[in-house]
Amino acid sequence: MLPELGHFALILALLLAGLQAFFGIGGPMFGRERWSAAVTPAVAGQFVMVATAVGCLIASFVGNDFSVRYVAENSNSALPLFYRVTAMWGAHEGSLLLWILLLATWTVAVSIGAARLPRRFAVRVLGVLGIVSFGFLLFTLATSNPFLRLDPAAGDGADLNPILQDPGLAVHPPILYTGYVGFAVAFAFACAAMLEGRLDQEWARWTRPWTTTAWGFLTCGIALGSFWAYYELGWGGYWFWDPVENASFMPWLAGTALVHSLAVTDKRGLFKSWTLLLAIIAFSLSMLGTFLVRSGVLVSVHSFAADPTRGVFILAFLVVMIGGALTLYAWRAPRLKSTAGFELGARESFLLFNNVLLVIACATVFAGTLAPLVSDALKLGTLSVGAPYFNPTFMVSMLPLCALLSVGIHAGWKRGRLKDKERTLLLTLVAAAVLAGGLAFGIYSGGSVLTPVAATLGVWIILSSYVDPVDRWRRGLSVPRSVLGMTVAHTGLGLAVIALTTVQSFTIERDVALAPGASTAVGGYEFRFEGVAPVEGPNYDGVGATIVVTRAGAPVAVMTPQKRRYSVQHQVTSETAIRLSRGSNLLLALGDDLGAGRWSVRIQIRPLVSLIWLAALIMAIGGALAASDRRYRSLRLEQPAAVPGAAPEQAG
Amino acid sequence: MNRFILPIVAFALLVVVLAIGIRHAPEKGTVPSVLVGRAAPAFALPNLTDPAQTVRSSDLKGRWYLFNVWGTWCFECRAEHETLLEVRRAGVVPLIGLDWKDDDAEARSWLQQLGNPYDAVAADHIGRTAIDWGVYGAPETFLVNPQGVVVYKLVGPLTHEVWAREILPRLSRPGAAGT
Repeated sequence: MLPELGHFALILALLLAGLQAFFGIGGPMFGRERWSAAVTPAVAGQFVMVATAVGCLIASFVGNDFSVRYVAENSNSALPLFYRVTAMWGAHEGSLLLWILLLATWTVAVSIGAARLPRRFAVRVLGVLGIVSFGFLLFTLATSNPFLRLDPAAGDGADLNPILQDPGLAVHPPILYTGYVGFAVAFAFACAAMLEGRLDQEWARWTRPWTTTAWGFLTCGIALGSFWAYYELGWGGYWFWDPVENASFMPWLAGTALVHSLAVTDKRGLFKSWTLLLAIIAFSLSMLGTFLVRSGVLVSVHSFAADPTRGVFILAFLVVMIGGALTLYAWRAPRLKSTAGFELGARESFLLFNNVLLVIACATVFAGTLAPLVSDALKLGTLSVGAPYFNPTFMVSMLPLCALLSVGIHAGWKRGRLKDKERTLLLTLVAAAVLAGGLAFGIYSGGSVLTPVAATLGVWIILSSYVDPVDRWRRGLSVPRSVLGMTVAHTGLGLAVIALTTVQSFTIERDVALAPGASTAVGGYEFRFEGVAPVEGPNYDGVGATIVVTRAGAPVAVMTPQKRRYSVQHQVTSETAIRLSRGSNLLLALGDDLGAGRWSVRIQIRPLVSLIWLAALIMAIGGALAASDRRYRSLRLEQPAAVPGAAPEQAG
Repeated sequence: MNRFILPIVAFALLVVVLAIGIRHAPEKGTVPSVLVGRAAPAFALPNLTDPAQTVRSSDLKGRWYLFNVWGTWCFECRAEHETLLEVRRAGVVPLIGLDWKDDDAEARSWLQQLGNPYDAVAADHIGRTAIDWGVYGAPETFLVNPQGVVVYKLVGPLTHEVWAREILPRLSRPGAAGT
C-alpha cells in the first residue's frame, strides 16, 4: 500500500509543480494577481507531497518490502537499519527523488526568504524553480520510478552496493545535492531578473546569500566524496579526475567564479551580463553533471546503470532549460550597460582575472571530461584522459589565480591604489617565502621546483587575507561577517594549497609482501605483520590483519586493515586502516593472499592529507559566515550601496 | 551577430555532441560498435580453469564463437548466467569467457557453484584484452564468425530474447550452417 501512496504523492507533486511553474511565470506576465497568489500554496503543497513520497520509500526500505523493485535491488534483510534508510539514495531512482526533495526544500526556503523581495520578482523566481522541479518529477515518473512493484516479490534483496555501506558515503549525497540544487536558486534569480527586465544590481545582492550557501554545501560535499574515496576505495588516492568527480567539480569552479562576480555586480554594478551568464552556467553544469552520470554517455567501468532513454529525456530537458535561459540571455543581455569604469589595479580587475582563470580551469576540466565523448563521436577512437592531462593543465590556471588573489585582496574598489599597499604586500610575501621554505626544506625535503613556489603561494594567501581584518581591528572598526567570511574562506584555500602541495610532493608509497612476524621499514616507521585472522560482520565475512607500527622503537599504533567479502553481491572490498601520526596519514590496505601466510600490503604515508578536507571545511565555514551577514537580511528595496568607491573597502 | 548569441551557439554544439554520445551509449540491444564488421582483436591469455594452458584467439579460427566478458564482481553477470547455461545446453555455438579483472580463486568457485557454461575461460587480470575489445562494462557479448570477424555486439546481460532474435538468426544464415 505504501508504495502506491508514494507513487500517488509523486504524481500530485508533479501537478503542483506544474501549477507553480504556470502561475509563477503567467501571473506576473499577464498581471493576474490571483494567479501569483496561488504560487506559495503550490510550493508548500509540492513540498508536502514530495516529503510524503520520500517517507513512503524509506518506510518500504525499513520494512524490508522486497515486492518493491527498487528496494529488492538495493537492500537486504541483513542490512543494518542505518543503511536501510540511506539505501533510499543508494541508486539512480532514489537519488533522483532525493534531488527533488532537496529542490522542494530550497524552494520553500526561498518562498520564505523572498518575502522581503518585490512580490512580482519573488513569484517569478518560484515559477522558474517550478519549471525545474516539474522537469525532474516528470523525469522520475516517466523513466525512473522507484515505486514499481516486483511480481512475484523477491525473497530477499540484492543488497546495497557494499562500497556504499559506509557512514561517509551515506551522508555524502544529501550534502552534495544540496549544493548542486542550490545553484538552481541562483539560476532562478537570474532568469527572473531577465524576465522582469530588472537588470540593475539588486538581483545580484538578493542572490548572493543563496549562492554562497549553495557553494558551501557543494564544497563540503566534494570534500566528503574525496575523503570517502581515500579511505574506502583502498587505493589511498584522494582525487581521481573521474567523470563523476569532475561532474561535481565543474559546478564548483563555476560557482566560485559566480560568488566573486556577484560581489562585483552587487558592489559596483559591473560585469552584469557576465554574472547572469555565470549563474546560468553554474546550474547548467550541475544539470550536465546529472546527465553525464545518469545517461550512460560516459560509462564508469564499475556500474551498469546506463539507460539511453533516460539520457534522451535529460538531454531534452537540458535543451528546454538551458536553451531557454540562454535564449532569454541573448535577448536581454544586450540592453545591459555598465554604468561605471575602473582602473587597472583596482579590485575589479583582479576579480576579472579571478573569473577568467576560474572559467579557464572549469573549461579545462570540461574538455578533459568530454574528450572521450568527442573523440568517440568523431570516430577518432577510444581516448582516455586522466591525471597526466588534468594535473598540469589545472595548475596552469590555478597558480596564477593564487598569486593574483594575494595581490588583489589588498586592492581597493574602483581605483588602483596598490601603491600604498606595496610594503604590506612585500612583507607578507617575504614572510610566506620564509615559512614555506621552512616547510619544504626543513620539515620535509625533496620535492620539485614547484613545491616551494606553491607552498609560498599558499602561505601568502593566508597571510594577506588577514591584513584587512587586522587593519580594521586595529583602527577600532567592527569586522562585518562578510569580511570575516571572506578571510576564513581564503584561509581555507591557502591551507588547501599547502596541503595539496605537500601531499603531491612528499607522499611515500610501498607495496610489500609480508610473512607473519616479518617487518618492513618505510619513511621512518617500522611495520610488523602479525598475521591475519577471520572477521565476521552482519552481511559480510573476511580477514583482518594485525600490523604493529613503531617509530624508533616507540609504539605508534596497532592497525587492522581488513578485506571483506559481502555475501549477497560476492563483492570484495578493502577496508583500509588509517592512523594520524606526526601530521601524516599512515594508510594500510590489505592486498592479496600470496600463500603460506604471506600477504601483500600497501603502505602509504601521506603528509598533511587530512588538511585537504579540513581546508575544504574551513572554506565552507567562511561561506556560511559570509552568507549570514546582516546586510543581506535588511535589504528591502534599499538603494544600491551609495558610491561604493568612497566607502571603506568591504567584502568582495 | 552580437556576442550575446555566442553562449547559445556553443550550447547547441554541445547538444549535438551529447546527442551523438547517446547514440553511441550502450543501448539495450545492439550497439553500433566500431568493432562490428572488423577482425576480432587477437589474444592469448591463461586458461582460468587450468592456468598452465593458454586460450588463444588463433585457435578459434574457422568456427563461430560467442565471446562473453564477465567478472564475479559484476552483478549483472549473475543475472545472465542462467541464459549462458542454456546456451551451453543448446550446444549451437561454443562460448568463450573473458574473466575481466578478477580474482582467479573466486572466479573458479563462482563457476563451481553456478555451473560452468564456457568451453574455455581466458583470465584477463590486467584488463588489456578487454580494452582491445572496447569493453565498456561487464557483461558484454560478441559474436565472432569463422573468418574471425565480429558480426554482433551486445552490451548488458544476454537474454532469451536477444539470443532468439539477434544471435540465432545470424548463426543460421546461408553459409553459416555447418561451421
